Amino acid sequence: MSFNNLDQLYRQVIMDHYKNPRNKGAIEDGSVTVDMNNPTCGDRIHLTMNVEDGIVTDAKFDGEGCSISMASASMMTQAIKGKNMEDAIKLSQVFSDMMLGNDYPDDVDLDDIEALQGVAKFPARIKCATLSWKAMEKGLQDQK
Amino acid sequence: MNAKELKKYFPILDQEVNGHPLVYLDSAATSQKPVQVIEALEHYYRYANSNVHRGVHTLGNRATDLYEGAREKVRKFINAASTKEIVFLRGTTTALNLVAQSYGRANVKEGDEIVITMMEHHSNIIPWQQLAKATGATLKYIPLQEDGTLSLEDVRKTVTPNTKIVSVMMVSNVLGTINPIADITKIAHENGAVMVVDAAQAAPHMKVDVAQLNCDFLAFSGHKMCGPTGIGVLYGKQALLEKMEPIEFGGEMIDFVGLYESTWKELPWKFEGGTPIIAGAIGLGAAIDFLTEVGMDAIEQHEHKLAAYAMDKVTEIPGISVFGPKRGKDRASVVTFNLDDVHPHDVATVLDAEGIAVRAGHHCAQTLMKWCKVSATARASFYLYNTEEDIDRLAASLLKTKEYFSDVF
Repeated sequence: MSFNNLDQLYRQVIMDHYKNPRNKGAIEDGSVTVDMNNPTCGDRIHLTMNVEDGIVTDAKFDGEGCSISMASASMMTQAIKGKNMEDAIKLSQVFSDMMLGNDYPDDVDLDDIEALQGVAKFPARIKCATLSWKAMEKGLQDQK
Repeated sequence: MNAKELKKYFPILDQEVNGHPLVYLDSAATSQKPVQVIEALEHYYRYANSNVHRGVHTLGNRATDLYEGAREKVRKFINAASTKEIVFLRGTTTALNLVAQSYGRANVKEGDEIVITMMEHHSNIIPWQQLAKATGATLKYIPLQEDGTLSLEDVRKTVTPNTKIVSVMMVSNVLGTINPIADITKIAHENGAVMVVDAAQAAPHMKVDVAQLNCDFLAFSGHKMCGPTGIGVLYGKQALLEKMEPIEFGGEMIDFVGLYESTWKELPWKFEGGTPIIAGAIGLGAAIDFLTEVGMDAIEQHEHKLAAYAMDKVTEIPGISVFGPKRGKDRASVVTFNLDDVHPHDVATVLDAEGIAVRAGHHCAQTLMKWCKVSATARASFYLYNTEEDIDRLAASLLKTKEYFSDVF
């Protein structure tokens, strides 16, 4: 079964993250907690992170949302674990550029996240993809 | 009426979206506009554009006649006693806020109650929340039956002699429930409360008769009933409106202005501060002409049939859950549903790829979503230009959506 263009959006790796989310849950006594929602559609994320000496040592998410928002959150937590705060925030900005269809530096290792590139072609879904990243960025900016 | 013929009056519907003929099933969010309305707006701007109520010049008179003529059309459409009872505002939200801030602030005090229902749109919740917070009054909710309807017994239990305002939607934008407004009004009045009606989802689809409902205030929006955006109506009983203070002050609404004191124009203009929504009102007047020519009874019957057809077609898809009154029960032409564990955003994206426009999200009813125990739903809503073929397309695409998501998983 195929729909025009839809396969660009619903890539296998996205569906895998949606069905088998990585880092789902909450860190008890996490050093950073962020709740964010998307008031226009009801998507909601509860993000907890541990930051030690400027390094994101752990990240977990809980929430409700569509395949794109939940897969994106799963990929985001996977990507930032072990990164220092600067790099995590930088990655969020790269992701934002990717969603807006802007150029972004090609020296950044995107790994699974690259699969979300197709979202840029579905303007109504960009906010779904960026919710968890905005939450992460806000949480880390507050730590600075 | 013949929906296929009517569709021809709506130029926007004659297009392809993502390679498929457009099927527009989001009229509860906003309706499409017939050429009659588009032309009325164009005619106004080409022939009569001018400010109202002040021009000695000819264009000023034309604009004023068209604007006030639209008010008379609205009066007749809802069977109000006088055009003094018809206030042009931006939309339902603005109208409900005017009642809450003007009538509410003057008449509600600590210990009083404001009663609404669990199915309200945010625009009929937040103004009352704010009023309750500001006055120390209590906001109470009439609960829902399992099928998303109201029982009059619950209304009687919730409304008490301490209740000052009861505000209820006439038709639910999510559940499709049609509420017994005349009966609720009676209960409100027996307890000495005023009755406010959010008719945003009713006025476009069925005969709304304020004399028969006997409500005190009623609000609706032009854009959901073939009119332009940015125009809405507050109906209020004259005796109540007379006593109410404006909440917007400035040009257009004044009678005499002194250095330290001013007086207001008479009804309805004292509530229309600033240059009014002239083109919007004229467009709404044209929409009312169009709807009246088709016939509100005919529209209601057509949608009734569509709703029943959609309920049959949609509920037979395996894995579908539909919210609101069950199949066979009286309901408005709104079908809100979820499909297995496919998130409604994903459903809406796949339907869009098929050229079908539906709404996904919380439909400005977060408290109702909690009651439904979901965070979001998909909603197909119909209007006079929709046909059974549109619903067939929806049902077929929902089946494809289901298959697509079982494939990609």
